Amino acid sequence: MSEILEKERQAESASEPEREFLSFVLGQEQYALDIMSVKEIRGYEPVTKIANSPPFIKGVLNLRGDIVPIVDLRIKFNVGEATYNEFTIVIMLNVCNRIVGIVVDAVSDVIKLNDEDIKPPPEFGVAFDTQFLHGLAEVHESMVIIVNIESLISSETLALFDTSDQDDQE
Amino acid sequence: MTVEMEQFHQVFFDESQEHLETMERLLMEIQPESPDTEHLNSIFRAAHSIKGGSGIFGFDGLGGLTHVMENLLDKARNGTQELTPTIVNQLLQTVDVLKTVLEDYRNAQPINQAEIDQAILLLQETIDNDCPESDSGNEERGFGFFESTTSEAEDAFGFFESEPQSENQDDSGFGFFDNEPSSPNASVSSLPKTSGCDRKPAPAPARPVSSSNGKNASESKSIRIDTSKIDMLVNLIGELVITQSMLAVVGQQTEDRDQEKLEQGLLELERNTRELQEAVMSMRMLPISFVFNRFPRLVRDLAGQLGKQVELKIEGGGTEIDKGLVEKLVDPLTHLVRNSIDHGIEMPEPRVAQGKSEVGQITLAAAQRGGNIVISIKDDGAGLNKERILAKATENGIAVPDRDNDEDIWQLIFSPGFSTADQVTDISGRGVGMDVVKRNIESIGGRISIESSAGKGSAFAISVPLTLAIVDGMCVASADQVFVVPLVSIIESIQPASHQLRQIANEHLLWVRDQYWPILNLSKRMDIDGAIGEPTDAIIILIETSKKRFGLMVDRLLGQQQVVIKSLEQHYKRVPGAAGATIMGDGKVAIILDMESLAEDVNTQVAEAQTYERDTRERKAS
Repeated sequence: MSEILEKERQAESASEPEREFLSFVLGQEQYALDIMSVKEIRGYEPVTKIANSPPFIKGVLNLRGDIVPIVDLRIKFNVGEATYNEFTIVIMLNVCNRIVGIVVDAVSDVIKLNDEDIKPPPEFGVAFDTQFLHGLAEVHESMVIIVNIESLISSETLALFDTSDQDDQE
Repeated sequence: MTVEMEQFHQVFFDESQEHLETMERLLMEIQPESPDTEHLNSIFRAAHSIKGGSGIFGFDGLGGLTHVMENLLDKARNGTQELTPTIVNQLLQTVDVLKTVLEDYRNAQPINQAEIDQAILLLQETIDNDCPESDSGNEERGFGFFESTTSEAEDAFGFFESEPQSENQDDSGFGFFDNEPSSPNASVSSLPKTSGCDRKPAPAPARPVSSSNGKNASESKSIRIDTSKIDMLVNLIGELVITQSMLAVVGQQTEDRDQEKLEQGLLELERNTRELQEAVMSMRMLPISFVFNRFPRLVRDLAGQLGKQVELKIEGGGTEIDKGLVEKLVDPLTHLVRNSIDHGIEMPEPRVAQGKSEVGQITLAAAQRGGNIVISIKDDGAGLNKERILAKATENGIAVPDRDNDEDIWQLIFSPGFSTADQVTDISGRGVGMDVVKRNIESIGGRISIESSAGKGSAFAISVPLTLAIVDGMCVASADQVFVVPLVSIIESIQPASHQLRQIANEHLLWVRDQYWPILNLSKRMDIDGAIGEPTDAIIILIETSKKRFGLMVDRLLGQQQVVIKSLEQHYKRVPGAAGATIMGDGKVAIILDMESLAEDVNTQVAEAQTYERDTRERKAS
């Protein structure tokens, strides 16, 4: 499956530098991330808590035999309310050879963007540190914040990996 | 280099074993009056391969004997030597001798040279008697037992393809390159384990074996399998164990007419799964002699370099251990053995002056204790020097424990940058190492402890889990969260009565088994709300770890279960207090508790003081 996607993407990028992003909602704001790092989207399920971990790490859950951490970005970046109901969504990401789930309020759309559509991010006014942002884009007359998900997940701010492991990967 | 050679040795041993088995099988089939040339060729090649390999590695015992054997076979092949049942018998006996010798080399035991000489003599007699007219026979008589000519060295058994030295042989290549169209019975298959050749039916070689025998599976004790295939199997079994426990949960909840049948089936499934799992795990098991075998050489060389006399004793080499662990034990053990020789064992003169034998003793031993393998390295040398360790610790600014607590003092040598060696030698004393040793052992879930007494020697004991993949656990609940406590660390579980509880400095102590036990509240440690707060309402599991004993307070016991250890680090990171995680029957994740690290959070001082006080009081009273 991913192979097909990969091929399609290559075919597209050959013709025009257009990339696909998955947009999602945190609180009132629209965000988007590179769709190639998305493994799957699923509903929120109760997780197993990990003792003495920061509040934004909800815990771990069993994803078909893999034990993956679940991060609530709403808590980490203080956007919206961290409520959990049947509409709460978990996006399973596949970044840096790891699987990490992020909790979001909703998943909205798959959007196609060219490089020139993405404007540089402002220095302030966004919950995310600008180092984790690709930029901003105007889609359907509203603003979407494009997140550099790889750098966010592997960042020390989230501290999801042991630092020694990170050294290995870099 | 030595490590590489060791690997080649293993390949050589495995291959030679196979060659010997081929020889035996073919010799049994051969009809002396009309020998099959193809069979003779195969036997000859097998003997030749063993000879070539032993020449390279210096296993002279094998080389000498196979050489004479080869001479005889060569003659039989050329027709200059007539095969008789007696000769076939003799060849079979030679194969037996070779097997013993090979086994001795494999186990690093001294070979029985007398037996080899005897076998060579017998074969040589046969050659001389039966074809006295043969010129070549006389020439070959001159060969010594330790024959290893240069051409042999190139006739490699395995990796190196080469022309066989024999003149009229066209097919080349041995070992891996042996792609000669073999008879159907050369196909590899497993065979019920018969340990010795001597158990085989006595060969009655004169009687022609029925030709249908050719279809029989050939005899081979082992096949080589890529470890990744076994790992895959282990993983699949892990998934199966999880599925099985899921089904067990469903089975308990079903209320149906057929429930009894279902339960029966589930029980059967559980037993089969467990057996299957054990069988698969045993495939990963290797005798620890794989690690130990490299040490006699190392000890001899090192002792020689240092001018010391050291004797190495190995015990329990047959103890089996997970293959993954074997590789990870090599470095720590090598370091500890080097240390024992360099720092532990004294020079001969001081030893004699102290009334010890001038030959130092180092004992490497392995034994299974419950779910653990305990490996000990013991020497009868000087022992650790407490004063020097304490001085060094102060110098390095490391907190010094109580002077009387030897165990804690010895643990200081595992601090980074710690070396008490008077002088930095080639072998040890650079201050790197002991901390790495400890870290290596901890990385495989092991522990290391030291016992030492001045002048008498020291002993390092490494305890590692039998396997890394599966653990027998007790599932416990704290509020609504489930944890797994490894069964090996549990002594018993009790619901304490109020008269068993003591309170001191706001901490509860449990008085049981003539001892005060500090209590660790799991819900507090794991940050869980809504758990039982009063010890009398809760369950206390008495835990014993390598260093401490304590009571673990939980809400409920859920039952005993085998769980598959999954790594938390694969997608997340190391979690303090957790040895890993597992997936329960309902698909949820449960944390497997790491008792050793939890023990560090326990405040044992109070309990120890109390127990000590009580003991002294009782002693005074009596």
